[in-house]
Amino acid sequence: MSTGARVLGFGTYRPVRVVTNDDLAQRVVTSDEWIRSRTGIATRRIADADETTVMMGAAAAEKALAAAGITADDVELVITATCTSPSQIPGAAPQIAHRIGANAAGALDINAGCAGFCYALSQAADTVRAGTARHVLVVATEKLSDYVDWDDRSTCILLADGAGAAVVGPGERDEIGPAVWGHDGSRPDVIRVPGHGDNLFRMEGQAVFRWAITLVPALRRICERAGVAPEELAGIVPHQANLRIIEALVNGLGAKDAVVARDVVDSGNTSAASIPLALSRLLDAGELRRGDPVLLFGFGAGLTYCGQVIRCP
Amino acid sequence: MSQTDVLAGLAEILEEVAGVDPSDVTPEKTFIDDLDVDSLSMVEVVVAAEEKFGVKIPDDDVKTLKTVGDAVSYIQRAGVAA
Repeated sequence: MSTGARVLGFGTYRPVRVVTNDDLAQRVVTSDEWIRSRTGIATRRIADADETTVMMGAAAAEKALAAAGITADDVELVITATCTSPSQIPGAAPQIAHRIGANAAGALDINAGCAGFCYALSQAADTVRAGTARHVLVVATEKLSDYVDWDDRSTCILLADGAGAAVVGPGERDEIGPAVWGHDGSRPDVIRVPGHGDNLFRMEGQAVFRWAITLVPALRRICERAGVAPEELAGIVPHQANLRIIEALVNGLGAKDAVVARDVVDSGNTSAASIPLALSRLLDAGELRRGDPVLLFGFGAGLTYCGQVIRCP
Repeated sequence: MSQTDVLAGLAEILEEVAGVDPSDVTPEKTFIDDLDVDSLSMVEVVVAAEEKFGVKIPDDDVKTLKTVGDAVSYIQRAGVAA
């Protein structure tokens, strides 16, 4: 009987359509140079009508199952991390589970904004360790473009769509470190989609930037709890919100030898999906290998954050 | 803390955060136009200054700090208040 939990495989879905900074400059007053210097973003993927949150999540999930070497019948729980479910009610997870044929699985959504993947991964790992389920499928899927105000040049340049999934299963040793989390619920308005008829995304960018770059102590705690020194990290995959935040966090942590995910440059901010998308890209490129310790760190709307060190599958 | 000490500390921060040459950091210079410090770098400067000088600089006050001299006197006053 094993007692550990580990990621057995990742899968992703990137929408087909690529939108460049020049494309956005046709609609709002901005420029490629301005967007790149403030955010690092060069292009982003925007989903078409048939690329729904559920469709993208299911596509990523099927690839994760194949990478993990299990079938949908083996999945006992589906946890979807999303803040862009197609509807307020019902959640997305049962629809994703149905679509991939995980008919015996439980299914629930977690809405923790851009921190959703790390929270869901933590819950999945604990569920496996406790023996409640043998295989848990974590699906982070977001269609932020449904909520973008295409006339708001401060946010339409950032947001994007996509999905990433991970299969968590039992392992000989524990490969998903303890989660470190926290929140500042005193500022619900700095990232919001109000709802009740107002479905446009709003963000106070500077306030969020300031909060995010002061989270370095949380990164240190994540390393401490995992028993991995920052200089021992092979990779760092922060939520891909803005290259300037990523660089401030990485510089603050001082992990000089780690590969740092910079998928935001090509993919924009895909909220909960950004971490599995960015990590999968590093794995596919061979920049990270099996067993490498990688720090994951999600932060965003709430405000709320969560992170952990995992070993690469 | 003396005006000279705060100015020198601020120059160190500006060099580290935004690559500003310390000799350019004089009280009459504006952050945005003269020193080419954009709004996000300004936030980084403020966060670093809070840590270095042990003061609090709320978001609303950051907007009032146009020149290096504004920041130096703000930090001196906040330091006394703290």
